[in-house]
Amino acid sequence: MSAPGPFNSNAAAFFGGVKSAWTSVFFLVLMGTYIGIGALAHDFGLSSWWLALSTLLVWAAPAQVILVSALGTGAAPVEVAIAVGLSAIRLFPMVVALLPLLRGPGTRQRELLLPTHFTSVSMWVESLRLLPGMPRVRRVAFCNGLSVGYMGTAATFGFVGYYLAAGLPPLFAGTLLFLTPMSFLISTANNCRQMVDRLALVLGLTLGPLLTYWHVGLDLMWTGIVGGSLAYGVHRLRQAAA
Amino acid sequence: MNAGMNAALAELWPYLLLILVGYLPNEIWRVLGLVLARGLNEDSEIVVWSRAVATAIIAGVIAKLILFSAGALAGIPLIVRIGAAVCGFLAFLAVKRSVFAGVLVGEAVLLLGGLLFAQ
Repeated sequence: MSAPGPFNSNAAAFFGGVKSAWTSVFFLVLMGTYIGIGALAHDFGLSSWWLALSTLLVWAAPAQVILVSALGTGAAPVEVAIAVGLSAIRLFPMVVALLPLLRGPGTRQRELLLPTHFTSVSMWVESLRLLPGMPRVRRVAFCNGLSVGYMGTAATFGFVGYYLAAGLPPLFAGTLLFLTPMSFLISTANNCRQMVDRLALVLGLTLGPLLTYWHVGLDLMWTGIVGGSLAYGVHRLRQAAA
Repeated sequence: MNAGMNAALAELWPYLLLILVGYLPNEIWRVLGLVLARGLNEDSEIVVWSRAVATAIIAGVIAKLILFSAGALAGIPLIVRIGAAVCGFLAFLAVKRSVFAGVLVGEAVLLLGGLLFAQ
């Protein structure tokens, strides 16, 4: 699959991004995932507008699942904030890896505010895959279109799930929740073109559950720092040897 | 008047919580990324390292969601969840690296396994 474009204007790039979103596998994945989250929000007694707002503001499925189930069961706000904050650490290195791809010679810092807020696994994976084949001047517009396409899909199907909730059998609800890990696994693997990325994927898959099993605090942060740095170190050693 | 104010507060409270314990602790990491990425280009070593760290964390999230599932997914046996993930990945490799085929096969195996090994 080649990158979409070339686009003649920023508007064309924006709508090209929306189209990319709606024709990618993440359209179906977000649809299913947010039907699941919508049902969850209904079961925990939150309103459908609250859920839609959380999709626009938080825009991270794992954090939203934590938020809905923790607030729904009446957990202490401080505990919820910590759990959400820990689940969101990944967004930091993701933004650092994404923004240099978006920035062109004349890009202003404030143009990067929207893509920063829009950063999520689906948008990140697709941007890293599609942006390198596209002229730099159109990348921000394309990325914003892509994100609006994804966010609109998620918000819409959150409502659908909310009103379907009562009729959702548990096995089907489980299948919807499985969409997140299954699609993250395959699309991340699909983007692993270099040895350093492949190694980071394998190390993360192994270290994550091991650290959880050993009850290491901040397990995901350590998975990232240790797994990512090991992969990076091996990559540097191979470069030095070549 | 007082009762009216209390009702308004009860109505707004979930939205206030959403901002304070949902939006802010999540968004801070994105903003930190924006600040750090200033002036870096995509070939800088710190960007390559960041991509590796992000990939490892996402991989950790994936493995945890499959092995230590919550909610309705926890009702499907562990062996079925692992089997579905492996089958989905193999289908992705077998069908010309198609992400769609991989997700579809993984989901189908999970559904079938869930029906056969219902707990």
